[in-house]
Amino acid sequence: MPKVRINGIDFEFERGTNLLEAAKFLGIEIPTLCYNEGLSAYGACRLCVVEIAYTNSPNNTKVVSSCTYPVEDNLVVRTHSRRVIQTRRMLLEMYLATCPQSKIIQDLASKWEVKQCRFKVKYEDCIMCGLCVRMCKEQMDARAINYVQRGYKRKITTPFDKKSEVCKLCGGCMYVCPVCQARCQGPQEKEPICNACISENPPCLDAWDDMKCYMDPCAWCEQEKREKVKK
Amino acid sequence: MTKLNSAIDLEKIVKKAKENQHLERPLIVVSSGTCGRARGSEKVFKAFEKTIKANELKDKVNLRDSCCHGFCEAEPNVIIFTNNGKHQKPIFYQKLKPEDVDEIIEKTILKNEIIDRLRYTDPQTNQKYTYFDEIPFYNKQYRLVSGNNVFVDPTNINDYFAIGGYCGLAKALTMKQEDVIAEVKKSGLRGRGGAGFPTGLKWEICRKQKGDEKYIICNADEGDPGAYMDRSLLEGNPHCVIEGIIIGAYAIGAKQGIIYVRTEYPLAIENLKIALDQARKCGLLGENILGSGFNFDIMIARGAGAFICGEETALIASIEGRIGEPRQRPPFPGEKGLWGKPTNINNVETWGTLPIVINHGAEKFAAIGTTGSKGTKIFSLVGKVRNTGLVEVPMGITLKEVIYDIGGGIPEDKAFKAVQTGGPSGGCMPKELLDLKIDYEGLTAAGSMMGSGGMIVMDENTCMVDVAKYFLNFLRDESCGKCFSCREGTQRMYEIVSEITEGKGKEGDIAFLKEVAQMVKDASMCGLGQTAANPVLSTLRYFEDEYIAHIKDKKCPAGVCKALIKYLILPDKCTGCMKCIKACPQNAITGERKKVHKLNQELCIKCGICKETCPFDAIIVE
Repeated sequence: MPKVRINGIDFEFERGTNLLEAAKFLGIEIPTLCYNEGLSAYGACRLCVVEIAYTNSPNNTKVVSSCTYPVEDNLVVRTHSRRVIQTRRMLLEMYLATCPQSKIIQDLASKWEVKQCRFKVKYEDCIMCGLCVRMCKEQMDARAINYVQRGYKRKITTPFDKKSEVCKLCGGCMYVCPVCQARCQGPQEKEPICNACISENPPCLDAWDDMKCYMDPCAWCEQEKREKVKK
Repeated sequence: MTKLNSAIDLEKIVKKAKENQHLERPLIVVSSGTCGRARGSEKVFKAFEKTIKANELKDKVNLRDSCCHGFCEAEPNVIIFTNNGKHQKPIFYQKLKPEDVDEIIEKTILKNEIIDRLRYTDPQTNQKYTYFDEIPFYNKQYRLVSGNNVFVDPTNINDYFAIGGYCGLAKALTMKQEDVIAEVKKSGLRGRGGAGFPTGLKWEICRKQKGDEKYIICNADEGDPGAYMDRSLLEGNPHCVIEGIIIGAYAIGAKQGIIYVRTEYPLAIENLKIALDQARKCGLLGENILGSGFNFDIMIARGAGAFICGEETALIASIEGRIGEPRQRPPFPGEKGLWGKPTNINNVETWGTLPIVINHGAEKFAAIGTTGSKGTKIFSLVGKVRNTGLVEVPMGITLKEVIYDIGGGIPEDKAFKAVQTGGPSGGCMPKELLDLKIDYEGLTAAGSMMGSGGMIVMDENTCMVDVAKYFLNFLRDESCGKCFSCREGTQRMYEIVSEITEGKGKEGDIAFLKEVAQMVKDASMCGLGQTAANPVLSTLRYFEDEYIAHIKDKKCPAGVCKALIKYLILPDKCTGCMKCIKACPQNAITGERKKVHKLNQELCIKCGICKETCPFDAIIVE
């Protein structure tokens, strides 16, 4: 079984496990919008990115999506490094500008302390995470919808945009969708960013290269506070 | 065509093919690739056929319909080998019309005279050149791979035999498979498709995989704007690519090869089909190749022209009939590729180089180039340069030598501004980097990349923000759309850069662009996404002042971005000739004869026609 080091913890995982599951097993929370345990991993939302390196070249790090990356021997994973957090925040800022009406996105933005939205707001109905496509194919065995076109013109629809003959109207696609639900009623509903539920935990990046707050309450911050009091 | 059952049979047919070429007769080679045909080479070829028939010279003159000779600027051109001792070197005639053909036969072929007006004139020095190898465009090149296009009619396998074709394969088949890989490793050949992964190493990974079923893929999905070396090679010398693929298949142990070629290359597909057919008939494909007991065949898969399908995992998905979008590596295609089997993918140029590596030996090949990058590389030199075309140069040559010595510099002696290499995901390099040696590491360190070998030269009239916008537009369209970071990121960057070119740029846009670019680079899955920020990052790295001029001063220094420029009539230069008044499609210019004209800025659409028509340079862009 491949032995992986995740945030300093060495652990053996069964071959075929992905890094997202491995981190979850260790109690480390990684945000994601397009991953679902019952469906195949796709790697579209990119929120689950982690920074990896191999022990033979520790400085050669790269950022990959943890849901599609398998556990491998000699792999060193950092789930909350500076680079990862910066990338996640930027992604969330872009998600907010694309679909501010989604509660899941608003909650994630608060949790990750995204306090600004510099992009133009678009109010789109879909983030192309593809959960519905995989749900329809893998769980409902209907294959009624799929991607059409590419790049910025990409959309999810039935063949030739016509009413599907294979769709069972099961609603599975809507059930898994992270976007098509009502937004919570924040104080400034018209703004793209709500931040009503913003986390009070301060980021640790001022002091360390890795964010330590995935443990809640964060032991590092508590310790820091205590030391300050002592002084 | 006889079936070849052994290496001895091949030797015999190579000897026979050389004899049948009748090298004592004069030979006319017409350049007739896609670009040549676009400029009328087919008519020229037909005129040659007709004239030769009319003069009853059929048994006295050889005529060859070859593909691209690389010199696009001079299409259609012919190379004439007089072969009678009068002219030691091949003669080069350029920009031919069917009317010139009679004269060529009459004067050059029959009387050995040179026709002055068809000679090549160097636009820089005005010197005239008669002979092919003396032309600066050609004599500074090292045409190791592409040079054979002149000697081969792509539809005739005997021409390829006559230049020692398939001898590299025969040699490889006598070697052990590990030795073939060792030879390729020793040569230092690196993939010519973009990333520059060592070819020998790639083969070794694929060879080590268990299982009998392995695949070889030739990636001919060339999609970079302005790059066409793969097309030229497939059209002009398909057999060298096929030979390379068979050698690779033997080394790895594959039984099936696939050439993935885009449908936009109809001539390449046609020539490839003919070549595959001929190779099969000669027993070079199929069962028991050259009596070695090795079985292998190649089929063609046609792509629908998606840029992303040049990425190897997307290419495999496309062949399997799925949506052409990349997947996460590992597992690499060498471990799990087409239909889940070990698959080795190399680019056309890499396959085309292989027969030379095997035939001439690894040492000879490794002697060319720099420490990290061996051999030669074909670049398509395009843009604001006098001699556009395909140039093959040894690695380690400087950008300056390629652009000025081979390319002949910038037309109208304008100032050089930047050169863009590596296709849309590459970067722009300023004039300070002209002395940069071209190799994989050097280009990457400069913020660009080798890519498949596009080289776009830009002059002082090019706006770098506009260039970034152009490439972002290409990328947002060609991104597969799987990763949110790439799909939305390229779109958002395009929107920001567009606003800057429209004069709506805000302070802080540059820092924000850099942040977004970094995110797109980090968060995307495949090579396209990870390099999609390069157009922005490299222009920002070397030309940030231009961005600042657009944002702060609301000016476009190169005079390109329409929202930021104004056409003005200089009163002291305007003679009142009324030419611009007639030319203006908007009727924005008014005035009387011999009086200074006036331009109504509200009506002006900034098309620039007035500036082009003015004989007195009285209209300027501000």
